[in-house]
Amino acid sequence: MTEQQQPLLNVENLKTYFFTDRGTAKAVDDVSFKLMPGQTLSVVGESGCGKSVTALSVMRLIPEPPGRIVEGKITFNGKDLVKLPEKEMRKIRGNQISMIFQEPMTSLNPVFKVGFQIGEVLRLHQRLEKKEARARTIDLLQKVGIPSPESRADNYPHQMSGGMRQRVMIAMALACDPQVIIADEPTTALDVTIQAQILELMRELSRSTGTSVLLITHDLGVVAETAEQVVVMYAGRIVEEADVKSLFNSPLHPYTRGLMRSIPGETAQTRARLEAIPGVVPSLLGLPIGCKFNDRCRHAFDRCFEEEPWLILPKEGHPVRCWLYEEGK
Amino acid sequence: MNNTIAEGQIPQGEISHSPLYEAILRLRKNKIAVAGLIIITIFLIMAVFAPWLAPHDPLEQSLYSKLKPPFWAEGGEWRYPLGTDDFGRDLLSRIIYGARISMIVGLVAVAIALFFGTISGAVAGFYGGWIDNVIMRLMDILLAFPPILLAIVIVAFLGPSLENAMVAIGVVNIPRYARIVRGSVMEEYSKDYVQGARALGAGDFRLIFVHIMPNCLAPLIVQTTLGFASAILEAAALSFLGLGAQPPTPEWGAMLANGRALILRAWWAVTFPGLMILFAVLGFNLLGDGLRDALDPRLRE
Repeated sequence: MTEQQQPLLNVENLKTYFFTDRGTAKAVDDVSFKLMPGQTLSVVGESGCGKSVTALSVMRLIPEPPGRIVEGKITFNGKDLVKLPEKEMRKIRGNQISMIFQEPMTSLNPVFKVGFQIGEVLRLHQRLEKKEARARTIDLLQKVGIPSPESRADNYPHQMSGGMRQRVMIAMALACDPQVIIADEPTTALDVTIQAQILELMRELSRSTGTSVLLITHDLGVVAETAEQVVVMYAGRIVEEADVKSLFNSPLHPYTRGLMRSIPGETAQTRARLEAIPGVVPSLLGLPIGCKFNDRCRHAFDRCFEEEPWLILPKEGHPVRCWLYEEGK
Repeated sequence: MNNTIAEGQIPQGEISHSPLYEAILRLRKNKIAVAGLIIITIFLIMAVFAPWLAPHDPLEQSLYSKLKPPFWAEGGEWRYPLGTDDFGRDLLSRIIYGARISMIVGLVAVAIALFFGTISGAVAGFYGGWIDNVIMRLMDILLAFPPILLAIVIVAFLGPSLENAMVAIGVVNIPRYARIVRGSVMEEYSKDYVQGARALGAGDFRLIFVHIMPNCLAPLIVQTTLGFASAILEAAALSFLGLGAQPPTPEWGAMLANGRALILRAWWAVTFPGLMILFAVLGFNLLGDGLRDALDPRLRE
């Protein structure tokens, strides 16, 4: 990261809580990160660690109630999105920041042709005429690698496969040349072969258009292939952040290391048993005292059960939330 | 990159049809629904072309041909194919013009109920919370009265006339549509495409009426068709009670009321208007049931 560059999206001390009958779930607790222009930043973690809520917070799409952004700043183009009125926010959504969802099978409206749905974004934000929107739609479909785009534009979503629909979703996200694309598990619902194609497509598009990507995923394989900077989240907190090289070469947090060991890689060839992280993500309503990972951590010692670690900086640009690294341990 | 995708090829001969179009194709295979559609079509033709189809002016009286029986009965003549009433008015002509009135009543009453019911139901289902509570409790109040009684009260308040009867029937039927739309909107609201549309910058109004409503059409179409039947029936009932169409308007219910006193002397004066009501209601109900089957998502292949 070059320090002189201004971040495009700057999330500072974001806290998004859900107020339920059974208590307050701190889904996102004091999360900060910076997304640089043209950069692909990945947020990694298990289900329920708050990565999707982070993404929805940036889009201001948290269902309210029960959720609410309690604190924090999300600076985008000099504007604080947290304080922006809904009307202004609508102009940003799909226009300057757009989102790709996990489920391409259900994220398109079943009663409209896909061409119409892409065109709607253009008509909404760029006030394009019907004809212009149609031409641009076909252009976009071509760009995301859909063959015979003219006739495909007249298809209904149910006539397309999952991979095709995800391409349509990407076309919709790209329609207004956004500065940031938030992709929430864009490949999780797809076949492995299609996953690779979609990732390749996204990488290609972000490179050619210079769009920044905030990639939400639980799949470290996807991270290794696409991201430049990685944020690892656990129980609503950032536990480690680094550029992709340092993270894979020297993961620091026991949780990150556990995640790495649980992907089939070289171990698959040696027929060694794949390791799993014992236990499950704790409920956000009953988090342990001290380090939130203490009940699953094999290195946990007394201090981990008493006091929650802060982000320690054992190396420049590689903060980690773990007592193991205090005072160069 | 384009060449690597084999999965994106379009199957030969596949044409894009909207879900609604496919439902119509399924409807065509349903004989009973088609029968309903034919009955309705006949009534619509009668309604639209009444002045050309009717042999006489429906209001024209003839003292010399009072209470003529239909042509096949003794004393009947071809001049009055279905006989005449006690003012010597041609029954066939009155029935044909009556179709026009009943269709208009159905259309206006259903339009009123549909318009207000859809908006209030959609708003209630979309926003939930106290807005939902206020709207639906109002609907509950409307539903607490037997519909015809409430219609009578409204007409009594507004004054008896066909126009007021239409308004009354419309108002009485608002809760039906509101409930159906609210339920469908709530179901659709939780689906991903709504969140998707929001993420693309759609506002609430757009979400409700552009994105969600078209997905709620199926139950609404069925209810609207069945609603036509009940509106026609309720309008006839109000007119029969003297609260709807006023004499000499050739409204089926009013004709029944007029013929009631003559039932022993002139059976035709009550039978034919009664049969018309029966067939009109039957036609819409058959079509409504057929539509329900055709639009049922579980039956889609």
